[in-house]
Amino acid sequence: MLSLVKGIWTVFKHSIRKRETVLYPEEKPSLHPRWRGRIILSRDPDGEERCVACYLCAAACPADCIALQATQDEHGRRYPEFFRINFSRCIFCGFCEEACPTYAIQLTNDFEMGEYHRHNFVYEKEHLLINGSGKHPEYNFYRVSGVSVGAKDSGEGENEEPPVDIHSLMP
Amino acid sequence: MARIYIDNVQYEVPEGQNILSACLSLGFDIPYFCWHPALRSVGSCRMCAVKQFRDENDARGHIVMSCMTPADDGTRISIDDNDVREFRAGVIEWLMINHPHDCPVCDEGGECHLQDMTVMSGHVYRRYRFKKRTYLNQNLGPFINHEMNRCIQCYRCVRFYRDYAGGRDFNVFGINNRIYFGRCNDGTLENEFSGNLVEVCPTGVFTDKTLRKHYARKWDMQTAPSICPHCGLGCNIIVGERYGSLRRILNKYNHDVNGYFLCDRGRFGYEFVDGPSRIRQPLSRHDGDRSDGSLKAVEKKEALDLFKGISMDSARTLGIGSPRATLEANFSLRQLVGAENFCCGMSEHEERLVSSIIDILRNGPTYSPSLRDVEMCDAVLILGEDVTNVAPRMALSLRQSVREKPMEIADSLRIPRWADASVRQAVQDEKGPLFIVSPMGSGLDDIAARTLHIAPDDIARLGFQVAHEIDPDSPPVLDLPDELGRFAAHISAALKSSRRPLIVSGTSCGTLSVIQAAANIAWSLSRTERIAALSYTLPECNTLGLRLIGGLSMTDCFQKVLSGEVDSLIILENDLYRRAEALLVKGVLAKCKHVIVIDHILNRTGKESDLILPAGTFAETTGTLVSSEGRCQRQFSVMPPAGQTQESRIWISDVMAALGKDSAVNYSTIENIASEIAREFPVFKDLTEVSPPVNFRVFGQKIPRQAHRYSGRTAMPANVTVHEPKPPDDPESPLSFSMEGYSGIPPASVTPRFWAPSWNSCQAVNKFQKEIAGVSTGGDSGKRLIEPLTTENGVYFSELPEAFNFDNTKWVVIQSFHIFGSEELSSLGDSVSQRIPNPYIGLNGDDAASLGKDNGCMAQLIIGNVSLKLPVRIIPTLCSGLIALPVGIPGLEGVNLPAMGKIMED
Repeated sequence: MLSLVKGIWTVFKHSIRKRETVLYPEEKPSLHPRWRGRIILSRDPDGEERCVACYLCAAACPADCIALQATQDEHGRRYPEFFRINFSRCIFCGFCEEACPTYAIQLTNDFEMGEYHRHNFVYEKEHLLINGSGKHPEYNFYRVSGVSVGAKDSGEGENEEPPVDIHSLMP
Repeated sequence: MARIYIDNVQYEVPEGQNILSACLSLGFDIPYFCWHPALRSVGSCRMCAVKQFRDENDARGHIVMSCMTPADDGTRISIDDNDVREFRAGVIEWLMINHPHDCPVCDEGGECHLQDMTVMSGHVYRRYRFKKRTYLNQNLGPFINHEMNRCIQCYRCVRFYRDYAGGRDFNVFGINNRIYFGRCNDGTLENEFSGNLVEVCPTGVFTDKTLRKHYARKWDMQTAPSICPHCGLGCNIIVGERYGSLRRILNKYNHDVNGYFLCDRGRFGYEFVDGPSRIRQPLSRHDGDRSDGSLKAVEKKEALDLFKGISMDSARTLGIGSPRATLEANFSLRQLVGAENFCCGMSEHEERLVSSIIDILRNGPTYSPSLRDVEMCDAVLILGEDVTNVAPRMALSLRQSVREKPMEIADSLRIPRWADASVRQAVQDEKGPLFIVSPMGSGLDDIAARTLHIAPDDIARLGFQVAHEIDPDSPPVLDLPDELGRFAAHISAALKSSRRPLIVSGTSCGTLSVIQAAANIAWSLSRTERIAALSYTLPECNTLGLRLIGGLSMTDCFQKVLSGEVDSLIILENDLYRRAEALLVKGVLAKCKHVIVIDHILNRTGKESDLILPAGTFAETTGTLVSSEGRCQRQFSVMPPAGQTQESRIWISDVMAALGKDSAVNYSTIENIASEIAREFPVFKDLTEVSPPVNFRVFGQKIPRQAHRYSGRTAMPANVTVHEPKPPDDPESPLSFSMEGYSGIPPASVTPRFWAPSWNSCQAVNKFQKEIAGVSTGGDSGKRLIEPLTTENGVYFSELPEAFNFDNTKWVVIQSFHIFGSEELSSLGDSVSQRIPNPYIGLNGDDAASLGKDNGCMAQLIIGNVSLKLPVRIIPTLCSGLIALPVGIPGLEGVNLPAMGKIMED
């Protein structure tokens, strides 16, 4: 008997309480900055593609929903020939972002990805690549790494000595 | 056996090893860089440190390099001791100081020995804050990419390239911390085994340039065990595929065959698979006019209907097999057309040579050695072969064989053979006896004790004389010039004083008597109570197997067509224009009412046929090949044939079904074909046991072709359909096109890749061996079909050829082989084609002068009906009176050599 009254009281209390439901889409939810939403590919500060097609995101992906193919430009700079994410399989775990050594692949705050057809969830590189650097605005992988790919010559990177002279006989 | 104690636990290991290989054999993980099972120990990287204790009472111990310390009886070591762990972590930190950490863009990443060893040694955080040393890279040609910044100075590359493979154009330069591994100047690495640097280098300094064009990580490649189709040796390879295209070839360790290394033709010759000459669709000619080359694509069903129509319309059909197709495909064709209508697709001349070789090997007392046996021979005579260019991997084994005899020096000084630096110091330039008697210089001349360049007939005569010197019962050569006589005596003395002599010969000279002379020598040696080995090189991957099946010769076949007895041909994976003179082939094809070609590349024969059925290449074919050793090995498809293509034997079985040929045997499965072959030819009795049966399972599971880390499964086909298709079935092998299945160590012949936990690089092969550099854990791979008749002595050949007599008007034109160019399929690849020489007429300097020709001058050579106008190349080593013409390279196909030729006056 008492429990019945308690139950009715709780229901009554809730009817006058401030409501939790957000009236989406009129009212937009506030998301945390590290929210894991739609995946994008970013560019480095020079405006070049950040992705070096290392395949680590694809390897880390537990849903196996990332497929890409590496290729090179005339300077030997590696970039993805195609980059495909099947968002109908993606679980937005963010492992790809964690695996990415160049900060190219990033998860954004966009979660509004409703579609009527599953094939519309297949994003190719042109859908993924944005025109900015997203998070980590300063980072440029090829300035740091040791390979010369047109961005700089061997020995011109950050933390690099000029190339050694192998003909020198000095000790 | 020696008892050793590792961290206070007793183990038994074979005597005479070092601690490193003993521990690795036992399954322990000790990091190492400079040590390599084939290159042995030099102790330069300091990575494999362990702690050794004097006895059980010694608590302090001292750090030693395990690769340089013998695992003697009673040795006590610790791998896990704190001091030694710290020592190794220090060494790797130190080696990594200048490493660029560019793994994301490094092709070695994910299969990198340096990554594995760094993780294994516990170096995870970089403390060094200063700048890194950098280098300028070199362009090393179409095969190898150079990125010196990644180098850790382990010296493996020079040790392989110079010491093991005998290369001269690569070395280590500089001093102090400016050590540089490369060439003196930019340029193509000339050695035929340069591709092994990719696997030998523990970091990403040398990477595969052909893979770079379509890069995929190791874990992303679908891989399968296969057999190299580019020469007769039958090296084992691992073929990698991604997105339906072939990505690369890696060495597959087979203790008896190729060991740890491949040649560049085998490694980089795969590009024809996705090349422009590949056929992907059945092609048919509707109008019947063959000249205009108008072939139209048709669907598979239509193609089979057309085939049926052609069969109805033809009176008698001949099937031409191919030495580059599998046994199963050739046999299926033979069953389709009937044994009396099957031609084995070799020129008559070649067929005669190969038949003779088979007779010698089957009925003689000498055995045909595996490449492993070749390495252990201590005296070698090469009769008329340019091994480096015909059967390249054997040349690498021969290079090791000359080190066999000088090992006695090291043994007498009690230097263990694995102590490579000390052995080389003791041995210096001492080499075992290797004699080369050939028409012109070859790639092994630099290690030969003596070379002699004489005409093929004289080579045979010299060979007969050597046999006579060893065994007086064998026929003598009466009128041999003194110089040759002395040379023969010298060779026979060296062979007689050896323990395991080896005679190498083959079909390159194109002379039966050279083959017979080689047999005489080997037989005479085996009568002196020695294990004499006799190895014949063969030009194509299944020459021996096809000849064991047998059939009409090409000449018979052509005659039957020209006489009108036969009106249609079915040609299986064979370009007739490479087998016979173009005019003759053209005439034969024109005479035929119908020509059907089953092939994977569109060649001239295909362009003049009525119907082409697209076949699978070695990458899409499961089947058996017989190597020149007589070893029967199975190759497995790495991907299902795409679209309209099918394996040759499937086309044939489809055709059989379409024709309603009711046969008791269903020829659509490989096991049925294999057991039929075994039933019909007793020599193939073990064919069904070459690899595990189709229903072989481990714990009920198939062996996956994809690694457990294979990525992109749900995204790869998503651009076509988001509903992931079921993985293709593979009813023909115990392997599956999937990442699910048994992930342990399968039988050796179906091992699709070498990977073990914490060993991501190709050096995971250690975990697949019973002991280091020993046989595979998964047992043997392949079966030897031909064993010698030890009860027989062999009846000596006694037909001596006439001595070569140079007539100034008639020249003998001989074959000159090129590792890149002489083989049909590899030449179609983009990278290999950059290494193919231009056609030339090779002449000795004196001969060229007498003709008034200089290097590069145009000359006209007439051989029978063929006229060739080509630049002259002076070959100083070529025997006078001979003309060398490169074999098989574009523009020179179908010239049957040796032949008499004439140089036209200007």
